Amino acid sequence: MSSRRRFSRDRQGRVHPRLERPERELLEVVARQTQEQLAAQDAATARVHPVAYPNDPEAEAEFKAIMGEGLRDRHQRALDALAVGVGADVVEEPELHQWMEAVEVMRLVLGTELDVTEEMDAIDQLDPRAGQFALYAYLSVLQNEIVEALSASLPASRDEDDE
Amino acid sequence: MTASMPAPVEVDLPSGHEDTRTDKPWLVIVWNDPINLMSYVTYVFQKLFGYSHAKATRLMLDVHHKGRAVVSSGPRERAELDVSRLHEHGLWATMEHSE
Repeated sequence: MSSRRRFSRDRQGRVHPRLERPERELLEVVARQTQEQLAAQDAATARVHPVAYPNDPEAEAEFKAIMGEGLRDRHQRALDALAVGVGADVVEEPELHQWMEAVEVMRLVLGTELDVTEEMDAIDQLDPRAGQFALYAYLSVLQNEIVEALSASLPASRDEDDE
Repeated sequence: MTASMPAPVEVDLPSGHEDTRTDKPWLVIVWNDPINLMSYVTYVFQKLFGYSHAKATRLMLDVHHKGRAVVSSGPRERAELDVSRLHEHGLWATMEHSE
C-alpha cells in the first residue's frame, strides 16, 4: 500500500490527495446520504451521539442541551467539507482533519446499519449487503491512511515518559 | 465551545447527588466498540490529550482488551469538555464521579 499512498504531504505540510474519480464520486454521494440520515435522525445515527451520563438522566439532558447541537453542526460541517472538497488537489491539514471526522461519521452510521463486529470475515459476495460491506472496508482503509498522514504532524507529546 | 455548566439552582437534591459538587475528580471513560479502528483511537488520544504514542497506544489497548479505560480525569467542567471532544471524534465516552 505504501507505494500508492492516497495522502502525501509536501514540505509546507499541505496534503495532496490522490483519489480516483470513482472514489471521489462515491465519497461525495455517501457524505450527502449520511448528512440526510443525520438530519432525519435515522436510527442508525444513534451511535454518533453517545450518552455522557449513563446513570444520571438529568445530567444527561443538561449535557445534551448544551452540547447536542454543536455536535450535530460539527458533523454536518465535516461531511460538507468532504463532499465539497473531495475533488481538491491540495488541502490544508485542518481540512483533512474534517475529512477524517466525516469518514468517522460515515463509518459509525454504516457500521451500525451493518451491525459489524470486531471479527469481520471476508465479505460474502452472495450477501445482498456485500456492496455495503465493501464500502465499509474501503472507508476503513481511507481512515487509516488519513490517520497516518495526520500523525506525521502531531506535536511532541507532553508526557515524555509517563510512568 | 466551552463546557461550562449553568449555575446550579439551590434545591434539595436527593441524597444520591450529595457529593456531586465536591472536588473529587470526574473520570472520563472510553468504551470499546466494534467500529473504531485501533490506529484512529490512538491518534485521537494523542491529538486531544497530547499523550505520547506509547501512552495513547496503551490506553487504546486497555479499551480494546478490558472493554474500557479512564483516559482523563478532573473537575466536572473539564471532564464534560473532554467527553464532548471525544464525541466529536466518534468515540464512545462517558463520565462518572470517582468513588
